[in-house]
Amino acid sequence: MKSAVVVFPGTNCDRDTYEACRFFGWKCDYIRHDETNLQGYNVIFLPGGFSYGDYIRSGRLAKFSPVVAALKDYIKNKCGMTIGICNGFQILCESKLIDGVLTDNINNKFICSEENLIYQNTELTLPIAHKEGRYIAPDNFDKNLIFLKYKNNPNGSDMNIAGLYDKKNKILAMMPHPERAVFKETGNTDGRVIFEFIHKEALC
Amino acid sequence: MLTDYLYKQLGLSDFEYNEIKKRLNRTPNMLETYLFSAMWSEHCGYKHSKNYLKLFPNDNAVLNEENSGGIEIGNHVIFFKMESHNHPSAIDPYQGAATGVGGIIRDILTLNARPVAILDSLKFGQLNEGKNKYLLEGIVKGISDYGNSIGVPTIGGETSFDECFSGLPLVNVMAVGIAKKNKIVKSIAKSGGIVVLLGSLTGRDGIHGASFASKELKSHSGHIKKENRLSIQTADPFMKKKVIEASLEIFKSDGIISAQDCGAAGILSASSEMAFKGNCGMELFLDKVLVREENMQPWEIMLSESQERMIFIVKEQYLNHIFDIAAKFEVNICAIGRTIPEKEYRLFWNNEIIANIAPEVLNNCITYNLNNKEPDYIKEYASKTCQDTEFKEQDIIEILKCPDIASKKYIYSQYDYMVGNRTVSKPENTSSNALWIKEEKCFCGFTADSDYRKTYLNPFEGSRNTVYEAFRNLISCGFRPKGITNCLNFANPEKDECAFQFIESVKGISQACKELKIPVVSGNVSFYNENSTHNPVPPAFFVPSKILPVPVIGMAGISYKNILKNNLKENYFIYLAGRDITCDSDTGGALYQKLFYNFLGGKIDIVDTNLELQLADFILNMYSENKISACNDVSKGGVFVSLFELLHTAHLGFKGNLINIENARKSLFGEVTGRYIVCSKRSLESDFKKYNLPFRFL
Repeated sequence: MKSAVVVFPGTNCDRDTYEACRFFGWKCDYIRHDETNLQGYNVIFLPGGFSYGDYIRSGRLAKFSPVVAALKDYIKNKCGMTIGICNGFQILCESKLIDGVLTDNINNKFICSEENLIYQNTELTLPIAHKEGRYIAPDNFDKNLIFLKYKNNPNGSDMNIAGLYDKKNKILAMMPHPERAVFKETGNTDGRVIFEFIHKEALC
Repeated sequence: MLTDYLYKQLGLSDFEYNEIKKRLNRTPNMLETYLFSAMWSEHCGYKHSKNYLKLFPNDNAVLNEENSGGIEIGNHVIFFKMESHNHPSAIDPYQGAATGVGGIIRDILTLNARPVAILDSLKFGQLNEGKNKYLLEGIVKGISDYGNSIGVPTIGGETSFDECFSGLPLVNVMAVGIAKKNKIVKSIAKSGGIVVLLGSLTGRDGIHGASFASKELKSHSGHIKKENRLSIQTADPFMKKKVIEASLEIFKSDGIISAQDCGAAGILSASSEMAFKGNCGMELFLDKVLVREENMQPWEIMLSESQERMIFIVKEQYLNHIFDIAAKFEVNICAIGRTIPEKEYRLFWNNEIIANIAPEVLNNCITYNLNNKEPDYIKEYASKTCQDTEFKEQDIIEILKCPDIASKKYIYSQYDYMVGNRTVSKPENTSSNALWIKEEKCFCGFTADSDYRKTYLNPFEGSRNTVYEAFRNLISCGFRPKGITNCLNFANPEKDECAFQFIESVKGISQACKELKIPVVSGNVSFYNENSTHNPVPPAFFVPSKILPVPVIGMAGISYKNILKNNLKENYFIYLAGRDITCDSDTGGALYQKLFYNFLGGKIDIVDTNLELQLADFILNMYSENKISACNDVSKGGVFVSLFELLHTAHLGFKGNLINIENARKSLFGEVTGRYIVCSKRSLESDFKKYNLPFRFL
């Protein structure tokens, strides 16, 4: 399993995601925002953070970066799996790689908390930390895409959506941070099942 | 002479100006007068506090002479320091608080330490005043937007409310960083290096910030002067994030002789201090500084407090490599001068020399001994007694909804407290906050605490107790305390009352640190927290126009076992370990007296060092033997609040006897030192007896 973590200027979950990948024994490289060679990776992570500062809408500048252009080819040519976490989800939406938009949380504030989520009929707890995480689904939304749901919808997302999986294009996008729930030392290991899911899907 | 008029405008006194002339053996020119006004300001020069801060013990501290000090763990050093940004936050809460975070982060970064956590200690006036609400919103948003963006988690802190902070909020931020012991970069320059400026372009923002922070906020009809707003720096967290990553990469290059962040008094303070510490000189070519505004004058460039800038002294052969790193991270970089063996600090403008001062003269600001005598209020207040009335069930609701006690979720949920994958506990569930130090396979606990009411009543004992309170916060979470930082927030030190409070407070903190054998690794002083026409809705008995004295203590501790979490379950044994309240206990300064009677007075309880150390040993030993399931120190709100916090997080109720004397309010909410709530699956009676500790089964 060979993974890569994309680093934009302003990305701040790159090292957390890298360490989580390494925990599962995956190979992992950092890929800079101006690089375009994504060959040979089973999975590409767009991690959390504030790409290019996100002073205008989150992800709006990142979608113009060389690495996102290369990622579009990577997806089109079915080279591997793409994971967008938090800011990564926002970038995927802005780049139209995932349908729908992420807008300001319903309380207009940054929300950091540990949320109960529904994942494949089980319950797990993952951290969230975002200001623009309220998912608005398109009119013709396909409910089969829903991957993760909030139990107590903290940000006002449509249908309690916390994460989506586009199986056809192998794109997984979510607001919660599974990479922050891997190490037992920090008290929560619920994120491991998400990585196990990624492992399974990426190699199939 | 023009400068004879200028120095007064810039805040230098006649005495100081004459001393400068004497030391220079000439009259300073205009630019030099500007330089002195900044370097000899309270903010940079610590002129009213330096003589007293020497009292702090610092055995076992690492680099306490540097931008930040720290404590050693194996091959790493944990740096931590607290700093205030009170004055800017009073005027522009958003930018003031954001740049407060930015500033303290740089103090950590400059040592080649990666910043890994932030804690903040915030004080506000009561929220029924619109202005205070506005300040709280802005300050919290400032910390949130900035800290979240740069990817440093805000893991905890404290927030409290009192009329004395109305319009005079306190924003104290503590930053924590981790460095490899053998890779630390100091701020000591050597001659023969190139001076490099990295980060944001230099603009006019924050000019005179240093001297601005050193005066009272003068206002007309309650409004803060418009021109003060120009002195506020503006934050750019995106640039800061890039500067952090670029700096850490530059440090890896072996080409760095020394580094210093541009904080108060910008390039001037950072560069001249490095030359001074390195016992060498420096030449700066100010026309080489990249600026963001037109026609900037040399004095503006020198004094600008534009944020997100670092200065490095670089070995010449590494210069190109370092410029390449800056380009990779898309941050500006410029070579602005060189270090020289002659002990002179020379400034040039288009190759013409425009200032020349010995670094020693510039950096060795005059220091003052403070005139102080015990103010009359101390004895007067101590002789008052609080006439307790009968306990009512409603009291419980009143104390729990008091904003000092109530949940701070509104604040901390706006902070990303988990980025970095080190945070062990939620900001609120424990009385200190833990970070996982993966490099050394251990955990570090941090806390920030203060008790201004007790400090006001008895500056020495109140401050001493604040250190013990922080100590108890860490002990109750299973951490062995290792070092403190402090942020001393006071009013005008040129007035006797404040001078007395300050000196006694420093003595009290020093005394506590010596008793506990914990070094002071770093610190910061903020004076002039007052407002000349400030007049909040006054409580019945005193009209504050200044803040109560607020020494904030930040403390760090270590545990090789994880944090002592709250594992309280049904049918567990609950004990009060340590001091019990009796009818004669001194509970002056307790929150409930303020809340129920609007009363401030009486004697405060005096810490018993031996008892504190015994209790600490007991709790840490019991924890390592897995005999304790939950623990909380008893502080504000007394035994009731302390127990309630444990029950609340465990979703449990309680049946027992908290009230041990006739006076139920005092018994439940009274505040004395040296006690904890300790919970266990089984009886601890024999253990308490073995340790010879006072206890009571609740």
